[in-house]
Amino acid sequence: MAKSTPTRLRVLKTFKLYIGGAFPRTESGRFLQEHNPKGQLVANFCRASRKDLRNSVVAARKAQPGWAGRTPFNRAQILYRMAEVLESRRESFESALAERAGIKSADAQAEVDAAIDRLVWYAGWADKFVQIMGTTNPVASPHFNITSPEPTGVVTAFAPRSAPLLGLITAIAPVIVSGNALVLVVENEHPSIAIDLAEVFHCSDLPGGVVNILTGLREELVPHAAKHMDIDAIATFDATDEERRLIALEAAESVKRVHNFESPAKHDWAQASAQSPYNILPFVEFKTAWHPIESGAAMGAKY
Amino acid sequence: MTHAFVVPRVPSVDAVAVEERAAKFRTRSIKKDAKIKGLKLVASMIDLTTLEGMDTPGKVQMLCQKAISPGSGCPQVAAICVYPTLVPVAKAALKGTSIKVASVATYFPSGQASLKERTDEVRRAVEAGADEIDMVISRGDFLAGHYAKIDEEIRATREACGPAHLKVILETGELQTYDNVRLASQIAIDAGAHFIKTSTGKVSPGATMPVTLVMLEAIRDHFINTGKMVGMKPAGGIRDSKLAMHYLAMVKETLGDAWLSPDWFRFGASSLLNDVLMQLEKQSTGRYHSDRYLSLS
Repeated sequence: MAKSTPTRLRVLKTFKLYIGGAFPRTESGRFLQEHNPKGQLVANFCRASRKDLRNSVVAARKAQPGWAGRTPFNRAQILYRMAEVLESRRESFESALAERAGIKSADAQAEVDAAIDRLVWYAGWADKFVQIMGTTNPVASPHFNITSPEPTGVVTAFAPRSAPLLGLITAIAPVIVSGNALVLVVENEHPSIAIDLAEVFHCSDLPGGVVNILTGLREELVPHAAKHMDIDAIATFDATDEERRLIALEAAESVKRVHNFESPAKHDWAQASAQSPYNILPFVEFKTAWHPIESGAAMGAKY
Repeated sequence: MTHAFVVPRVPSVDAVAVEERAAKFRTRSIKKDAKIKGLKLVASMIDLTTLEGMDTPGKVQMLCQKAISPGSGCPQVAAICVYPTLVPVAKAALKGTSIKVASVATYFPSGQASLKERTDEVRRAVEAGADEIDMVISRGDFLAGHYAKIDEEIRATREACGPAHLKVILETGELQTYDNVRLASQIAIDAGAHFIKTSTGKVSPGATMPVTLVMLEAIRDHFINTGKMVGMKPAGGIRDSKLAMHYLAMVKETLGDAWLSPDWFRFGASSLLNDVLMQLEKQSTGRYHSDRYLSLS
């Protein structure tokens, strides 16, 4: 392949946001810069504002019922499709992790491997977690009594500060697999990877608005997310004490579910311990139905 | 028929200029105190509307309660807009308030019936207590160039209205061109419309800002020529309060402050009020609100 001429200036991509299946700039017009470990500028990216958060929540709210209404099997297919598309672009992610984040080539490959595998792993849970986590309850009345988990609605997650690709998959997959819509806020050293990932989602049959990705400053967005009345749950990774306090206080007003995750140590990200069907649980609500049945006692049964 | 109809001479509309001018209003930023005042003004101009085949007396009663006390420090809306059969329900529910009852009539939304049937429907709605009548023009006749028929039907409907105010729906989404909108506006104004209104809400597009601007300009030119004010009602598709506020900016800068009143400007809307309430809540609590805390419409 011909090398570019020495005088050519490289075109530096501005990474935009991912809201409602589109890639808008932040409405605020603000941007931040991403550098590699050598201190070189590698990307400009958007600094999302509270209005971008609001727009994302509107998009998520709109998309959520349709996503939850898909069959679990179909959600599994789409998560698997996300893995397929990520696999097809693995070289691009490997080089992005190496060039932008300064991750060693072997480690970058391992992170992409783990990210793809984790998507496939959670895809498998889509049509299984309800069976395993739902229950049939013994009751002292002529009712068939069942409890099953349903998606809680719109979830806002504050992404891990480490593992620029795998951390995102770890945050996203257990939230959306049950039928929630997600607004993911990314503040880490290399948020451009998150928008690369959004491009993968965008061509993976994932309906627009199911995953929305905002890059920016947590400090700025945490209070507005915590106060927002149309967000049903908040997940954080690596939250500071102040973030935990603020979220706990403000989330009470709309009775949001709040779950704080801790990132694993660097080399544990790819381990099985970093994924669990129990990570689906903080973002579901358990619904119980009492279905009347013919009286057992009248039929001579002992109950 | 003693009235001799002459097709009014109207200026042609520069589509590019109208669309650019209308787009400029979309960039206005209205904040803080002005926003709160604007939101309340928007609410006071709403014709809270339900025009579904599945409307029930219960739904209309609920809507009337909401019109009377929307909550969140929001003022009462201007009117409730329903089908003629539900006028008595709305009238009873709004007794003792200043909220008007508007009724669509003249075989809304198609208008495809004989003039006698259409005016009879208007008379029945007025007898049932409607304060305002929203009529539809016969778009088929208009597009066929039978302008005299349009003039005749509006005059006949105005007569059938008696004391009730008449709003004339042009259904701009079916009129094809801005020039047609301008001409239809002028015919309606000349025939005695108290208000001209964009759309039924049953055709897409409903109200758009360029189309509303063309109609506002017709109203403005009529005022300049005759000194008579005509009201304006965009309807169909105005769901968020930001858009509604941009409409108000357009009204103010096209017609002036005199029209910034429910007497002269209305929004035909069903979900706009909820958005206004959510914005007012945001202004007073600092929290982005959710429509799950509000009634359905």
